[in-house]
Amino acid sequence: MKTATFLKGAVLAAALPMLIGAASAENVLRWTSQGDALTLDPQSQNEGPTTAMNQNIYESLVKRDWNLVLEPGLAESWTPLDDGNWEFKLRQGVKFHDGADFTAEDVVFTFNRANAASSDFKEYLKTITEVKAVDDYTVHIITDNPNPILPNELTSIFIVDKGWAERNRVVEPQDYAAKQETFAVRNANGTGPFIVEQRLPDELTVLVKNPDWWGLEDQPHNIDKIEYRPIKNAATRVAALLSGEVDFVLDPPLQDLKRIEAADGLGVKTVNQIRTIFFGMDQGIDELRSSNIKGKNPFADKRVRQAMYQALDVEAIRRVVMEGQSFPAGIITSPGVLGFTEELDERLPFDVEGAKQLMADAGYADGFSVQLDCPNNRYNNDENICQAAVAMLAKIGIDVKLEAIPKSEHFPKLQNRVTDFYMLGWGVPTLDSAYVFDFLYDSEGSWNVTGFSNARLDELAETMASETDLDKRAAMIAEAWAIAKDDIAYLPIHHQVIAWGMSDKLDMPIVANDSPHFRWARMN
Amino acid sequence: MLSFIARRVLQAFVVMAVVSLVSFSLFNFVGDPVNNMVGQEASREDRLQIREELGLNDPIVIQFARFLGNAVQGEFGLSYRIRRPVSELIAERIPATLELVFVSALVALGLGIPFGVYTGIKRGTFASSTVLTVSLVGVSLPTFIIGIGLIYLFAVYLGWLPSSGRRGVEEIGWWRTSFLSIDGWRSIILPALTLSLFQVTMILRLVRAEMLEVMRTDYIKFARARGLSEQKINYGVALRNTLVPVITIVGLNVGGLIAFSVITETVFQWPGTGLMFIQAVDFVDIPIMAAYLCFVALIFVLINLVVDILYFVIDPRLRLSGGR
Repeated sequence: MKTATFLKGAVLAAALPMLIGAASAENVLRWTSQGDALTLDPQSQNEGPTTAMNQNIYESLVKRDWNLVLEPGLAESWTPLDDGNWEFKLRQGVKFHDGADFTAEDVVFTFNRANAASSDFKEYLKTITEVKAVDDYTVHIITDNPNPILPNELTSIFIVDKGWAERNRVVEPQDYAAKQETFAVRNANGTGPFIVEQRLPDELTVLVKNPDWWGLEDQPHNIDKIEYRPIKNAATRVAALLSGEVDFVLDPPLQDLKRIEAADGLGVKTVNQIRTIFFGMDQGIDELRSSNIKGKNPFADKRVRQAMYQALDVEAIRRVVMEGQSFPAGIITSPGVLGFTEELDERLPFDVEGAKQLMADAGYADGFSVQLDCPNNRYNNDENICQAAVAMLAKIGIDVKLEAIPKSEHFPKLQNRVTDFYMLGWGVPTLDSAYVFDFLYDSEGSWNVTGFSNARLDELAETMASETDLDKRAAMIAEAWAIAKDDIAYLPIHHQVIAWGMSDKLDMPIVANDSPHFRWARMN
Repeated sequence: MLSFIARRVLQAFVVMAVVSLVSFSLFNFVGDPVNNMVGQEASREDRLQIREELGLNDPIVIQFARFLGNAVQGEFGLSYRIRRPVSELIAERIPATLELVFVSALVALGLGIPFGVYTGIKRGTFASSTVLTVSLVGVSLPTFIIGIGLIYLFAVYLGWLPSSGRRGVEEIGWWRTSFLSIDGWRSIILPALTLSLFQVTMILRLVRAEMLEVMRTDYIKFARARGLSEQKINYGVALRNTLVPVITIVGLNVGGLIAFSVITETVFQWPGTGLMFIQAVDFVDIPIMAAYLCFVALIFVLINLVVDILYFVIDPRLRLSGGR
């Protein structure tokens, strides 16, 4: 009895300093992913990992919450004016990390910076003709035509302090032919929830809590410090999570998810990504480059495209190739994008016999040969999906020769329009269908490599860009999708799935654009 | 002597020029960097504009001439990927690689020589055949499998060592070292071991073969006849005579270790030049790839040059024939 009491006391005495220590210890969040941010300059690189890092340091006028719904950022409110332009009321009392005040002047400056020739964000601002500071906390954005989705596009523009940029000679992002590194590549001065403490590119980046961040009251995260170490090798990345050296892995490989789930104190969160994987076919050219059919183009016949569509067993791809981690798709945009509906996402049935009949009706009962161009390092299991498709298409007589190559060789084929049949995945940063029509369906779309051209769809794409009546605009989007889906210009495969591996100590919502926001994180 | 060295230096220049030309012409096949440098929204005109600014539309000969012209001035341009000067990046990364190579060379010698001597003397015993069999693992398993295996054993299962990265780094001038802290040593153990395994096996087998050779010679018999202890014969007389080829091979292999640390550095996220090269390949970061290949070629050429000159100094026969 006495011994027991003594032991209890001893344990308590030993535990006491530990408890106190725990209460005052810093919450350090350690995380990893494959590739580091390329630069801290917020207008230099429009690239996933770069944005993922910078959005914790810099902020935009309009932000998104973890369901990707728009929410106020550095602007407290925004309203369309009668003349089709927009008025933004800025948040007052916000300071940059170096102590400078955030005012309308910085907004005007940032928009000029993002419009510079060396900026990678010009396309988001192409409707803007002028940004005017009405007073210190009011900004008017003048567009050439009314732009209903301007606030969506502004979520990508991070605000930079004018004085800081001028002092450090980074008024414009670094240009491509530059000989010297600019100051903004490794230094940052934002208004965001975290401040850069140390930046060793490709090795270690340390962010610390910004104690004066304006959003701290509404979004009280308890992270004092973030340590980011990129780990290129997937197996090593998973090992670092399993050994407890990191609390969060942004991109664990799909085949390791079960293993992470099974480990003590670790878990996996998944959500459908805003990215759809599909095949495209050149239906506009007179004769395919890689086919044995001469003098005509089999892809120009809708029956052939439908036959190929119905010959693809996307359920089998989901089960076998993707280990269950994908959502079969009926259109080439994902849930979460304005204009997406469950009905549109319904697929034509998988039907090999029907597909063979369609091939025969089109005059290709004996099939034909064609080359499929496929990346092998861009999307989840991209090459394996293509291999599966080759086997499925063989069943209806299409002899597909697969060319799986690195992305740096694959995408130029699309841009130079030298591919007959290719794989592509498309994400939608604006979360609006117009982005898909502009790039993939419009006759002039820069990623429309199919030769698909539909006068009505072109017209809809153009008018929806400036239609401010949101109901009318939604009807236009629906009509455009109906045309696009009916014509089978693309063969949808699936919406990609994002999986985040994390320690049970960390509580952080997963976001469908694959960007971790540590302002929503809590550690215990 | 002088003409010999001059000839070798001249040859070294030719080798460097050829290597840089070959590697540069390979860049025609690695794909288009511009696609990685801009977002998917960038227009065709923007992409063409960037290609023009980077000089990628010029004929490969002109690009090469421009590259050589800059390279001889030590100017390798800016990395496409992280927009920093390449020469600065290499200078920043080289300490990590050199420290890794240094430690793994020590491991290779520290394990290879004693085991080689042991298996050479105790031929046919169970212990030495076990050592020889196990040493085969070093040459037959690919580095990345050994690396991942060591990570799972020592970092995940046992939890003794960090799985990856270079911790506990301190700065001495521009040289960032991990030799001054416990954390630094803990993080270098696994990658150094992985990188050294191949060398351990090679040195072990080389020393063993040399030992077998030497043990048959007359001066060993004479040493025995003089009644020297076995210890003294094995380590004092025999080993010393085996070391000449071993030192030559080790010298040459240091170059190989630097060049082939690529895989080890990738598996362990060791922030050296090899990891930088792999990242550059993924991105088609031509300035870094070009500079790195030239850098590796330079190291090989320099080491060969030094070895050649050393031979000349050591071997009188070369001197007599005028080094022809």
